[in-house]
Amino acid sequence: MKTDCILNVDHLSMRFGGIVAVNDLTFGAERRKITALIGPNGAGKTTVFNCITGFYKPSGGSLKITHDNGRQIQLERLNDFRISKQARVARTFQNIRLFPGMTALENLMVAQHNALMLASGLTFLGLIGAPSWRSAEKRAIDLSKLWLERIGLLERADDAAGNLPYGDQRRLEIARAMCTEPALLCLDEPAAGLNARESAALSELLLRIRAEQDTSILLIEHDMSVVMEISDQVVVMDYGVKISEGTPQQIRDDPKVIAAYLGADEEEAIAVMESEA
Amino acid sequence: MDYFAQQLINGLVLGSIYGLIAIGYTMVYGIVGMINFAHGDIFMIGGFIALISFLILVSFGLTFVPVILLIVLLVAMLITALYGWTVERIAYRPLRHSFRLAPMLSAIGMSFVLTNYSQIAQGARVKPVPPIITGGYTLHEGVDGFVVRLSNVQIIVVITTIVLLALFTWLVARTRLGRDMRACEQDQTMASLLGVDVDRTISMTFVIGAALAAVAGMMYLLYYGQVDFFMGFVAGIKAFTAAVLGGIGSLPGAMLGGLLIGLIETLWSAYFSVEYKDVAAFSILIVVLIFMPTGLLGRPEVEKV
Amino acid sequence: MAGVSASARGSSAASPAPGAAFIFKKALISALVALVLFSLMIGVRTEAGSDGQLTYMTRFGDLAAMVATVFGGSIVVELLRQWWGPVGTIRIVPPSVQSGLALARRGIAPVLLVFTFLVPVIFYNERYILDLGILVLTYVMLGWGLNVVVGLAGLLDLGYVAFYAVGAYSYALLATNFGFSFWICLPLAGILAAFCGVLLGFPVLRLRGDYLAIVTLAFGEIIRLVIINWQSLTGGPNGVTGIPRPSFFGIPLTPGDDGLAARLGIEFSTTHRIVFLFYLILALALLTNWVTIRLRRLPIGRAWEALREDEVACRALGINTTTTKLTAFATGAMFGGLAGAFFATRQGFISPESFTFHESALVLAIVVLGGMGSQLGVALAALVMIGGFELFRGLEQFRMLVFGLAMVLLMIWRPRGLIGHRAPTVFLHHSQAISSDLVKEGHG
Repeated sequence: MKTDCILNVDHLSMRFGGIVAVNDLTFGAERRKITALIGPNGAGKTTVFNCITGFYKPSGGSLKITHDNGRQIQLERLNDFRISKQARVARTFQNIRLFPGMTALENLMVAQHNALMLASGLTFLGLIGAPSWRSAEKRAIDLSKLWLERIGLLERADDAAGNLPYGDQRRLEIARAMCTEPALLCLDEPAAGLNARESAALSELLLRIRAEQDTSILLIEHDMSVVMEISDQVVVMDYGVKISEGTPQQIRDDPKVIAAYLGADEEEAIAVMESEA
Repeated sequence: MDYFAQQLINGLVLGSIYGLIAIGYTMVYGIVGMINFAHGDIFMIGGFIALISFLILVSFGLTFVPVILLIVLLVAMLITALYGWTVERIAYRPLRHSFRLAPMLSAIGMSFVLTNYSQIAQGARVKPVPPIITGGYTLHEGVDGFVVRLSNVQIIVVITTIVLLALFTWLVARTRLGRDMRACEQDQTMASLLGVDVDRTISMTFVIGAALAAVAGMMYLLYYGQVDFFMGFVAGIKAFTAAVLGGIGSLPGAMLGGLLIGLIETLWSAYFSVEYKDVAAFSILIVVLIFMPTGLLGRPEVEKV
Repeated sequence: MAGVSASARGSSAASPAPGAAFIFKKALISALVALVLFSLMIGVRTEAGSDGQLTYMTRFGDLAAMVATVFGGSIVVELLRQWWGPVGTIRIVPPSVQSGLALARRGIAPVLLVFTFLVPVIFYNERYILDLGILVLTYVMLGWGLNVVVGLAGLLDLGYVAFYAVGAYSYALLATNFGFSFWICLPLAGILAAFCGVLLGFPVLRLRGDYLAIVTLAFGEIIRLVIINWQSLTGGPNGVTGIPRPSFFGIPLTPGDDGLAARLGIEFSTTHRIVFLFYLILALALLTNWVTIRLRRLPIGRAWEALREDEVACRALGINTTTTKLTAFATGAMFGGLAGAFFATRQGFISPESFTFHESALVLAIVVLGGMGSQLGVALAALVMIGGFELFRGLEQFRMLVFGLAMVLLMIWRPRGLIGHRAPTVFLHHSQAISSDLVKEGHG
């Protein structure tokens, strides 16, 4: 393969009973780039995400992660929590899933669970308050602070996550996913329900993650302004199959994509485009 | 073989009684999503009311058994249903939109209240009655002299169960109330927006569940010839186990679970040990749930992410 | 709370208050319902006659009294309700009172602790109070133990008494059969109970919600039934007698020459042992508390709480939910086992009767009433429940009735428990209590 991909989705299929949600989907997400997965409602995007992050077992095909050090992991062979722990794939959810009764800081601390578990000597060192544990805990708090600062929530670190405004919750969920130090970050409609200002802040955050972290991003998004602004590469799905792939500019001009979104025939879409031009 | 057939009959009869109680659990669970811990005690109250009304009728000089049974059945269903309604009104309705554990504990409290109430009102002793329905049929007489019998009581228990089950299935599937109940089960807010009286529907669920428990109480009285204030606990737990085994929320599941628990209990007592029959029933529940986490006929939980 | 205006109250005042006729009608309906409910159960009393035949007698006087009570009670309740305003009314509390309350809340734990330490000194000659104190502390410990499972991890355990029983029988059998001392058996009892927790938890912890509840309940019953029926090991319904009393780290609390009293050169008194038991259970309870508070601030404790909040999110963060649940289950079970061993040594005699579903329900009630997850709340709830229960000891046969009613009313009054706040486990600027409205209660 000529491009360096962190994630290779290969002939992925997912069936629920007789319904084919994803059918023979193949695409790659480039390393340290932002890849957007778009498509009309019901196109099967979230299903793809759920396969990648282990919530569904794919009916067919393979999902391969290639880490920076060349280590390759087949995601479809791992189950639930190991996807995050071993394959270092983190995700956010379409309908935010924070821990609402815990503070913003606690949310970020929970995300560092596996590292902290080791540092606390599987709890025993922590129970006796060993110095090594204390310093590990301090580092974890510092990392949390760093992320709270990046998402502009340092002041509200001690507020319950459930009390934060919607936009802040979205960003906190991304920060929480980043605290697991993922190689691939999967965002399920991160801009849903955000106003224009919050969307802009989100775009900025994602661009910053791409620039400063070793994390590649795969996102599902309906907000085209966000997609067009930040994506390096766009994959378009409709009815469970890939209908187009390319740079945002290529996608914008693809009649198939327009047809899928407008619900019109391809010929009609071309006619629309030509009349506009 | 004959011995087995006899145990099979006994198990099915016991299972019918469990099934009737289990329906009450499963209905309430389906509609308000809570374990009605007081339901076993409602069953016990039903048994007591059947007993008392029977005694009164007999002392009035009534001797025609079918009439007595019919009146006892109606009285027991009516009064016990009112108990069900009252319990919901006092202990559950104020906690309708509360946290999950609050109504559960309120129900446990209510169960203590009902147990102790009948202990105070009717005394702690076991209340025996002479056999009300006698006779039966000999189905098969083995060469070794073992007789497979089907008693009239057993026939009555099974027929009553089948009739009630049919009636009840019709109620849920065909009537306005049944439709309201199914709507409330899906989404209470939406149901109330569409003009379903949610409070009334839930009340009716408790009333129907209690009435069925009363029938079970009466069948228990007929079958075993006795009631006591503590019988609600064990029977309640068994019936709840049956409801979960069948898949809680599913009506056929409750009946199936009831029959299975009845059979397991009877067969285990017959072939292994009487002492460990409950252990066997509970162990099988655990084993089934390990392999089928939502019971035999329960809908698998779909986790939306 | 004070920030929100009392508009709810204002609007209710606008609507006309129900008149006397309304109240009367309501009371009449209640009385009518009561008449039907009580007609047969109270109006008629069944009794087995001398010939074994069941007969009945009527008690119309009692029935009339009950119905009249319901009628009167209904009027009183209705009047009270009008006076109090609709349920859920938000009342204005002046900030000064609020801060006073907050101060009191912060002060209550140390005051309670100091008082508890002083109980044996103050009530040295009041055997009854010391016994009651030991009982309350046992339930405080059980409550704190179950709190790990239910309050923190959000797993509904209706069979907690099983671990209590395992602990009690472990000590009783090890001590009576092999002569092991209490101090060796205590950790063994805890380990055995934790092992049982893992044994139960491993297959069933992927069940959710009420399925888990019924399985734990079934497990509790299985343990009890096995104890009753495995006569050769457990003595069956007769229980285990002659369980050794604890020693003061090897020195027996007996009147003999090698007893503690003789060695200290003071006069022997049976109260010494009671006081010793009091401090023993206090120490065990405080150990439970200390460990729980520590664990909450460790990753494992945070994972428990996160699990209660959102299991799916936990999985997405790479948390192994199965082992996390198992550790919660095992930790809770271990504390239950320790409490059980203490129970056995205090009683000197145990039988299956002490380990019924009632106990599980009682401990669960303590945890929920305490305000799930709150250590102080659980302690207060244990005090209220066990202490209150004792107040009605005189009413012997009405005790369970009153207890059950109290449970119902307390739940309606405070569905989220006495302490309705969650304290964060870590903070940057200042620790803010989190309203229980935000805190989930788990579905496992």
